[in-house]
Amino acid sequence: MNANPTKTAASDAASRQVLTFVLGEETYGVDILRVQEIRGWSAVTKIPNSPPHVLGVLNLRGSIVPIVDLRKRFNLAQAEYTAVTVIIVLTVRSEAGRRDFGVVVDGVSDVVDVDAGAVKPTPDLGARAATDHISGLVSIAERMVVLLDIDRLIGSQLADSVGADAAAISEAARAA
Amino acid sequence: MGIDLAQFHEAFFEESFEALESMEAALLKLDVGAPDPEVINTVFRVAHSIKGGAGMFNFSDIASFTHTCETLLDGVRAGRTRLTTAVMDLLLKSVDVMREMLRAAQRKESFDPQKVADLQFDLEVAVANNDVAAAPAAAVQAASAAPATEAQLPEWQISVKPLENMLSRGNEPLALFAALAEHGELSVTASIDAVPPLAKIDPHRCYVHWVLRLKSAASEQQIAEAFEWVEGDCDYRITPAAAVSPAAKPGTPAPAPPPAAAAVAPEVPSPPPAPAEAAAARPAAKTDAAPAANSGDAGSIRVSVGKIDELINTVGEVVITQSMLAQLGALVEGPSAEQLRSGLAQLERNVRELHESVMRVRMLPIGFAFSRFPRLVRDVAQRLGKQIDLKLTGEQTELDKTVLERIGDPLVHLVRNSIDHGIEKPEERVAAGKPAAGTVHLEAFHRGSAIIIEVSDDGRGLDCDRILAKARSRGLVGPSETPSEEAIFELIFLPGFSTAEQTTDLSGRGVGMDVVRRNIKSLGGKIDIRSARGRGSRFSISLPLTLAIVDGQSVCVGCETYIVPLVSIVESLQIKAGGVNRLSNAGEVISFRGDYLPLLRLYELFGAEPRSRAIHEGLVVVVEGEGQRVGLFVDDLRGQQQVVIKSLEANYGHVPGISGATILGDGAVALILDVPGLIRSTARRVAA
Repeated sequence: MNANPTKTAASDAASRQVLTFVLGEETYGVDILRVQEIRGWSAVTKIPNSPPHVLGVLNLRGSIVPIVDLRKRFNLAQAEYTAVTVIIVLTVRSEAGRRDFGVVVDGVSDVVDVDAGAVKPTPDLGARAATDHISGLVSIAERMVVLLDIDRLIGSQLADSVGADAAAISEAARAA
Repeated sequence: MGIDLAQFHEAFFEESFEALESMEAALLKLDVGAPDPEVINTVFRVAHSIKGGAGMFNFSDIASFTHTCETLLDGVRAGRTRLTTAVMDLLLKSVDVMREMLRAAQRKESFDPQKVADLQFDLEVAVANNDVAAAPAAAVQAASAAPATEAQLPEWQISVKPLENMLSRGNEPLALFAALAEHGELSVTASIDAVPPLAKIDPHRCYVHWVLRLKSAASEQQIAEAFEWVEGDCDYRITPAAAVSPAAKPGTPAPAPPPAAAAVAPEVPSPPPAPAEAAAARPAAKTDAAPAANSGDAGSIRVSVGKIDELINTVGEVVITQSMLAQLGALVEGPSAEQLRSGLAQLERNVRELHESVMRVRMLPIGFAFSRFPRLVRDVAQRLGKQIDLKLTGEQTELDKTVLERIGDPLVHLVRNSIDHGIEKPEERVAAGKPAAGTVHLEAFHRGSAIIIEVSDDGRGLDCDRILAKARSRGLVGPSETPSEEAIFELIFLPGFSTAEQTTDLSGRGVGMDVVRRNIKSLGGKIDIRSARGRGSRFSISLPLTLAIVDGQSVCVGCETYIVPLVSIVESLQIKAGGVNRLSNAGEVISFRGDYLPLLRLYELFGAEPRSRAIHEGLVVVVEGEGQRVGLFVDDLRGQQQVVIKSLEANYGHVPGISGATILGDGAVALILDVPGLIRSTARRVAA
């Protein structure tokens, strides 16, 4: 289980930049190179029968981008969407090619340099699914920052949800 | 020459490939028994222009090969070579070889010279075998020439001495002479002193030189113009002949030379056979080239697809902006509001026209995809020992270039399948009381905003029993299940499914039909099969005309806006309270023009919160797809507009019931309903 984060950490360059953001009490970080842009919250268009953490889609300069609520994804308490709520638009790469999507977070904190040696593997908490998307933990200014592996977090997640949709529509139809 | 010709190579290749395609098409049109001289002329012209281009760009192997090909064609044109099936095969093979040579040259690779040499040898043999009675025919023509009406014109003596590479660079002395003959009466004397003994002749070299006498009022400069193309390939000298008649009046324009003057004396033995015929045929070739140019490529330009796509994208954005303005305009009040609105209406019309024109730029006739089939069918049929008549209809039907490009391979597969599996051997067909030659019919036509392409044959049809047996043996269908005929046809789209007893290199490997369907689905189309045992089968492909735009009706459900493609809407109506009947547990139906239609409540399907669930407080949009109708219950209708289809799958994934998304005038995203998909889901529900 621990092989994943250690491998990821070791294969990275000695130092990289990470964008940190806040969700509730916790601080998370994503590789800055994956960040397309940061924008304010605006209303989204719902997608029928989407998984609960997919809020809907937004128009990002002509392309249609799904928006994921990370609080829902991480089973955190629900927060109000306010003026300071931001969307970070990220890029994932998978076999299916490049995909853009936005994540809703409480607020963006900082861009920090993270030394590869300082990244600690995620401890085995027993619940496999819960830590799969975490590439490691790092301590910055006395705070623990959870480094996210967004390819694992979203790349698989949206695809799964799509597979489940076929079942969802027939269920919805049957319920009618 | 000092100019870098390499920059024109790409254009030459492109043009040559196109030319080869038209040459192939023309060849296939030729009737072996009675070749149409017009068509032969077309073929000849194409070969000639490829030769010319290849010579100019120094692809000497291509030029030389094409020259041999041209010689054979010239023989056919002049009636010296009979157009037999063997000659046809040879010519078709030559087209292939030329294409391969061009492709190799384009990639800067070398091409197997043996292959070229072999075919070139065959071509030469064909020329030699049939080369009969050329000289006498030519002599007669020459004798009839030269009316002595222009005796008083000045006479020029022109000596022409080709350099070694003149022929291999695609220049033909004959063309030169014909050009000169346009100035007046021309007589040609060939000198064959320099021709070596036969064994030492290099067929690519020209050993003959000529002395010409031209009676013409043309100036030296005008005459020299004819040599423009051979500049550097041959030595020539233009001198006033000694016996110039002093009666020549300078300044008097020469009368137009009579057409018969174009004939050329036939003492030229070696390089181009049949000079008289060729010269005579040239004006004819010119005249029939003109109408062809008018119908097809009149004033066309080559534009890269990237530029067109950019243009289309921009126009797409203009469409969005326009609809945004239209929405804003509707809200404006004040003294000039009316003017503003009429201006906006004008803008809408213009934008619509602009958009249609731009989209048409990308539209090409499906004939481009069909053009490869005559050849393919001929080859495949020959290999399998079957007789096939190929019928093509609706070649002018236009569709988007992207769709066109990606439909080619699936069609090839279907046609091959039809020939391989569908059409029986001639003896089998005769025994079944059918004509020995089977018919494969490729047909394209528009239906609504879709293009339908059908591949049908009058062969044996799909064998349901065998498909079912095969499916059972693979465990795809349980032993007790008895699927409907339709469901059985569906089975052949499964990966790796093939009932062919013997797999050939053509089809039967079972890698085909699933790929065919995947390709068609990726284009937003679908494929249906109809088949009758012993009578044939029909594969019907339905594709969207364009992948970029749709006329849509906005409807709202709860606080969301959805777009219903206008083509699928039959009618929108309000149903009175109590107008809905429940069919036990299977769902609701409404009465519509004497029929009962299933009712789909979109809010239920999409999990939205509607304004009202009461049937009389909303509207029902009756939509049609796949031959079925359903009623969609929505809150309200909004405006109609053209929307640019954006992919939802690029960043998210496929959503059942949704075909894509678009951006509304206010920048918000609206989802586009997939009406056929919705109808299929209803059908499943009713069946369940």
